[in-house]
Amino acid sequence: MKAAEAYNITHRYGKVTALDDISFTVGDGELFGFIGPDGAGKTTLFRIAATLIIPSGGRMTLFGLNTVSRYRELRNVIGYMPGRFSLYQDLTVEENLNFFATIFGTTLKENYNLIEPIYRHIEPYKKRLAGKLSGGMKQKLALSCALIHRPKILILDEPTTGVDAVSRTEFWEMLAGLKSEGITIIVSTPYMDEALRCDRIALIQSGRILGIDTPDNIRHSYGQKLYAVSHPDKYKLLITLRSHLSAENTEPGALRPEPFGDSVHVTLPEGIKPEQVITALAASGLTGATITEIVPGIEDVFLELMKRTQ
Amino acid sequence: MEREKVIEVEGLVKKFGSFVANDHLTFDVFRGEIFGFLGANGAGKTTAIRILCGLSRPTSGKVIVAGIDANRPEEIKKRIGYMSQRFSLYDDLTVRENIELYGGIYGMTMKEIRPRTEELLNRLIFSQYGNTLIGSLPLGIKQKLAFAVAVFHDPEIVFLDEPTSGVDPITRRQFWEMIYETAARDITVFVTTHYMDEAEYCDRVTIMNEGRIVALDTPSALREKYDSSSIEELFVKIARPKTETA
Amino acid sequence: MKRFLAFVKKEFLHIFRDYRTLIILFALPAAQILIFGYAVRTDITNAGIAILDNAHDEVSSELALKLEASEFFTIKAYLTSYDEIDAAFKKGKIEEVVIFPEDLAARLQREGNATVSIIADGSEPNTASLVTGYTTAILNDYSASLLQRLNTSTPVINPEVRMYFNPNLKSHFMFVPGVITLILILVCALMTSVTIVREKEFGTMEVLLVSPLKPWQIIVGKVAPYFFLSLINVIVILLMAWFVFGLPVRGSIALLIAECMLYILMALSLGILISTLVNKMENAIIVSFIGLMLPTLLLSGFIFPIENMPKGYDYFSMILPARWFVEIIRSVMIKGAGFVYVWKETLILAVMTLFFIVLSARKFKVRLEEGSK
Repeated sequence: MKAAEAYNITHRYGKVTALDDISFTVGDGELFGFIGPDGAGKTTLFRIAATLIIPSGGRMTLFGLNTVSRYRELRNVIGYMPGRFSLYQDLTVEENLNFFATIFGTTLKENYNLIEPIYRHIEPYKKRLAGKLSGGMKQKLALSCALIHRPKILILDEPTTGVDAVSRTEFWEMLAGLKSEGITIIVSTPYMDEALRCDRIALIQSGRILGIDTPDNIRHSYGQKLYAVSHPDKYKLLITLRSHLSAENTEPGALRPEPFGDSVHVTLPEGIKPEQVITALAASGLTGATITEIVPGIEDVFLELMKRTQ
Repeated sequence: MEREKVIEVEGLVKKFGSFVANDHLTFDVFRGEIFGFLGANGAGKTTAIRILCGLSRPTSGKVIVAGIDANRPEEIKKRIGYMSQRFSLYDDLTVRENIELYGGIYGMTMKEIRPRTEELLNRLIFSQYGNTLIGSLPLGIKQKLAFAVAVFHDPEIVFLDEPTSGVDPITRRQFWEMIYETAARDITVFVTTHYMDEAEYCDRVTIMNEGRIVALDTPSALREKYDSSSIEELFVKIARPKTETA
Repeated sequence: MKRFLAFVKKEFLHIFRDYRTLIILFALPAAQILIFGYAVRTDITNAGIAILDNAHDEVSSELALKLEASEFFTIKAYLTSYDEIDAAFKKGKIEEVVIFPEDLAARLQREGNATVSIIADGSEPNTASLVTGYTTAILNDYSASLLQRLNTSTPVINPEVRMYFNPNLKSHFMFVPGVITLILILVCALMTSVTIVREKEFGTMEVLLVSPLKPWQIIVGKVAPYFFLSLINVIVILLMAWFVFGLPVRGSIALLIAECMLYILMALSLGILISTLVNKMENAIIVSFIGLMLPTLLLSGFIFPIENMPKGYDYFSMILPARWFVEIIRSVMIKGAGFVYVWKETLILAVMTLFFIVLSARKFKVRLEEGSK
């Protein structure tokens, strides 16, 4: 039995379509990531999964139970962490945990070993008001409260947004630990690099899924060879590659250049060799450029899929 | 040729009571540079930017922005532009109204504002949105507009506080292209960001940790120095916040 | 200067585009003018009075006619004995009783003066002063015309005024019940709506909903502390009124507390209903203040008597729960009325409470929202 199944989920707010025909399955014990920017529909989708919203169309089941009709039972086995920090700012760390433990009919002691790898980071501050914790600490507390009743499935809506890079890394390490306990985890994030830590990912943009697969398969689905071109004058390099460059048989823009920090990623059309690009750049006044083949990243694929759907 | 400095900071200290938010910061920013400011929350980035923008006064140290000393914040404000992730434009005003408002606030006359507004809208292909309320525009367009408005009055320096948070990858790139284009016009861009990969777009990058600057150089030089393949990797190495500050 | 004007222009735009500021700037003053212009009266019209006519002579008939004819009074009842006075006041329909002594005309002829007793309902001191004032004026007016007519030496009617329930006409008889009404609705409706909406606004409501906590447990749990604290509040106020002002509870204390509990329940359910309608705390506060506090303050009859208001306002005040409670609490506390006198108002209050509870239960969403189809 699948941990989660979505069949043609659609959701509208007035005239705006937040989710458009979303379907996917998540296996038991899988770490499944939804990767996409703000406004992609991740929060809406997660609220539907958490039984908080009835979708306009389609249906979703968790462990075979419909999220709309069997919400009462499901709420006992779901651990939910919504987008913003949503615990009680004016209660202490300890009080928050005890509260959630009690309403789920358990105690801190009972499931302590499950949350210990996370809780030990914040245990020294257990008497501090939750509102006075740093961003990273708040996330850990929220995760602990979501886990306190040993749920079968964790639904985490952008748990690492707004948190510093160090805490983000720690958080994903904690998730890997939880996976080994057999808990299914559905998580969303706008950070493309975090996608690599998931078993499978769904790329989501403007309410539509652009692709679902393992991170590796997604990277290899790019299909063509990808190259990184570098030159000290980053701006000139970009506009030259985009509009002025004409090697034999190329139209401007055929290289589909995308800036990636200190380099520009390009795809070479059929028959064009990397050296030709360097020569053409030099002819336009950019001497000393370099070009290397690279393995496509999740973001490269995401960009490509986005452009195809627009 | 000696490059012109638009920001000079030497030994900047900012204290709140006994808490030292900025601990003897020293750096310069050159005209037309894209200068990146990185650091964890609470490292002191926001405090420093507020001082540079004239929103707050330093406790001690030398701070000169666009040739004006930081103790004359009103003069500084006239020469700079500002855009932050938290707030950019008024949701219940239209695109044109927002542009005209900020143009007016920065002392432009209506004669100057009107044609530039149309030119700006055309350039960003926003003309059909001219009379739309900002609140009903998608996030990506809002952010790009906010940036355009921030540089509308041709400031010497523009400060961008986490401008690309949450936007999709395509919009993010379009945004950075706008930054490139602005820097090419000799407007200095001072930007903070959470996205470590964006650090690579900058000419030089500063990393702050617990009120101090722990790194300042071009991205490639920093990567080499700390033997890291990415800024993110070296950030984790040198900017891990102590757990005391939780 | 240019910058300044640009900024001012922006502020105007903000004001005109937010319906809430428009309400406060325009609708509120208009409403206040209407209320203060019409509802708040310092004169009286058609105040209900009763006559206890022991004289049955031409003087008493003439006086009764004069009173009836004036626009200030309407004779609601003709009593037949002193025993009926207490009940008449407790029923709440009359503001004063005018008593003509047995041999009114004869006394006037013989001794040249006679005493007419005016007993007013002291539980509403403002009205009582007004009413006795007007009555006295009418009696004096009659005296003056008598002088002219009979051409005798000074036949004069002496009005003897007494305040029933409130011999010294203390004003705190009026405001203590009113304060209880106001405080309860403030604490219960306002605070309840705010605390529930706060969970919605901060996002903690999402997490609660996804837990095994049943929705009724969430609501009752939120509301229970306010119930107890409000009861304690009422008791403290009553104790303070007793010790500081010497204001007793004339009627049954048990009845009073029971009625207060009903009113508290009503205010709490109203608060819950408000919380299902708004999503931001600031809106909860605005609705509670403008929608509840202000009308309660001005139109429930606690400061400005309802009897003096034009009929339209009178009917409007019927939908205000506070109006019914003010009558109940005044009757029980100050007039010492028993349940038999307040059962109607109690029933109305109970029905309103039930209505709010049922409506809230239906509107309280077990989920965050439902999508449009």
